[in-house]
Amino acid sequence: MSETPKIEIRSLRKSFGSNEVLKNINLDVAKGGVVALIGPSGSGKSTLLRCINLLVVPDGGSVRVGDTRFAFGDGAKLPDVKTLARFRATTGMVFQHFNLFPHMTTLQNVMEGPVTVRRMAKADAETLARAQLAKVGLAEKANQYPATLSGGQKQRVAIARALAMEPDVMLFDEATSALDPELVGEVLNVIQQLASEGMTMVIVTHEIAFAREVADRLVFMRDGIVVEEGPARQVIDNPREAATRAFLGHFHRTGALPPATTAP
Amino acid sequence: MYQWDFGILWSYRWLFLNGLGVTVGFTIVIVVCGLLFGLLGAFGSLSRFKALRLLALTFIEAFRCTPILVQLIWFYYALPILAGVEMTPITASALALSLYGGSFYSEIIRGGIVSIDNGQSEAGAALGMTPIQTMRRIVLPQAIKRMIPALMNQSIIQFKNTSLVSVLAVPDLVYQSQVAAHDSYRPLETYTAVAVAYAAILIPLTILVRRGEKRLAVGE
Repeated sequence: MSETPKIEIRSLRKSFGSNEVLKNINLDVAKGGVVALIGPSGSGKSTLLRCINLLVVPDGGSVRVGDTRFAFGDGAKLPDVKTLARFRATTGMVFQHFNLFPHMTTLQNVMEGPVTVRRMAKADAETLARAQLAKVGLAEKANQYPATLSGGQKQRVAIARALAMEPDVMLFDEATSALDPELVGEVLNVIQQLASEGMTMVIVTHEIAFAREVADRLVFMRDGIVVEEGPARQVIDNPREAATRAFLGHFHRTGALPPATTAP
Repeated sequence: MYQWDFGILWSYRWLFLNGLGVTVGFTIVIVVCGLLFGLLGAFGSLSRFKALRLLALTFIEAFRCTPILVQLIWFYYALPILAGVEMTPITASALALSLYGGSFYSEIIRGGIVSIDNGQSEAGAALGMTPIQTMRRIVLPQAIKRMIPALMNQSIIQFKNTSLVSVLAVPDLVYQSQVAAHDSYRPLETYTAVAVAYAAILIPLTILVRRGEKRLAVGE
């Protein structure tokens, strides 16, 4: 990779109380690259993802997405509320539990970012939102409330809501872990489609087969450190580290994807 | 056996009506002002700034944990001496009752806000909303739905609490009925009628609240 990476994370540290969740993490994501973060619960992968859009503010190190760089730690001033909001508007995030706004229709959910954050005219925002809903295959659900949708549909709306901000980067935090098994596929399809369109993505997932298929790089984390990193297929098929082998072995041994777990 | 004679109250009807008007008007004032204090108290207690949190907490606990009757008397007799401002009984009691109600409203509003799943604020933040935008567009619209039954309940209590202003000679329904009772030597009839008047206003309101609760529960 001679090109400057789209996302660059250096010496990132984060503790919750006395619990050190991230210990000196370095990570690059190329423009248009798809990185899968895997690891056992409590390994810090979700926290790392949340540090990329600063939903979690790191204790030390630096985060750069595109041209915006933030440094943390001794003497560094914490970014103010407005700067943070502007920065987050350029990254899309999809959550494990969807976090759709229950008091708004599907269409209003998708329009909310463009209207409130980007100050787009309602009519333009609606056109954009309908296009995004069509893209995730839910154009006909525009006027329904989230409570009437299936888990897979909710998550697709959540993806459309994030895409409506026209972000440079998409972050997926165990986007399929809360779904019934038969609904996982429809969400993975949408993510795969985004990957093929060249969206830069970081995906925290337990779907190893999917990671192997869609991600070009794979990062295995345990206890707050990156244990192994490399091309996704290589790491999954021929892991170098014993810890990676042990973790992946669990998936192979059971012969199926693991049950959904809730990461912190 | 006591001989009831409610007919005697008819000659005091204007006095009662007058008192009822003061009671209702007073309730409207203290509910509106109380809600304002409640909003301030709730946002203060949820503030990022410790000083504001402390201030809000002090306000809430001071008014929540002392009797309203004591507050009324204190505001009318003690505050003017300490602060050097003369207050009419109406101002003093409106202030005391608004602050008293505000302390309870604060807790209801704060509770409603924190009951909204943190994922909602996170989703707002992830879209690039500022905390104020998230509060206004995402959290409050959901929280208010949950607060309404408790806010209505507290407002009903506020309505009844206005009866205490009679101790400062504010001419509300209870004060006027005292006048009527002394004048007619018929306290039994007078206070029975007053109790019925309060209930006649509040029972329909409670039914409305209960219906509202059911409708909100369906919407969840």
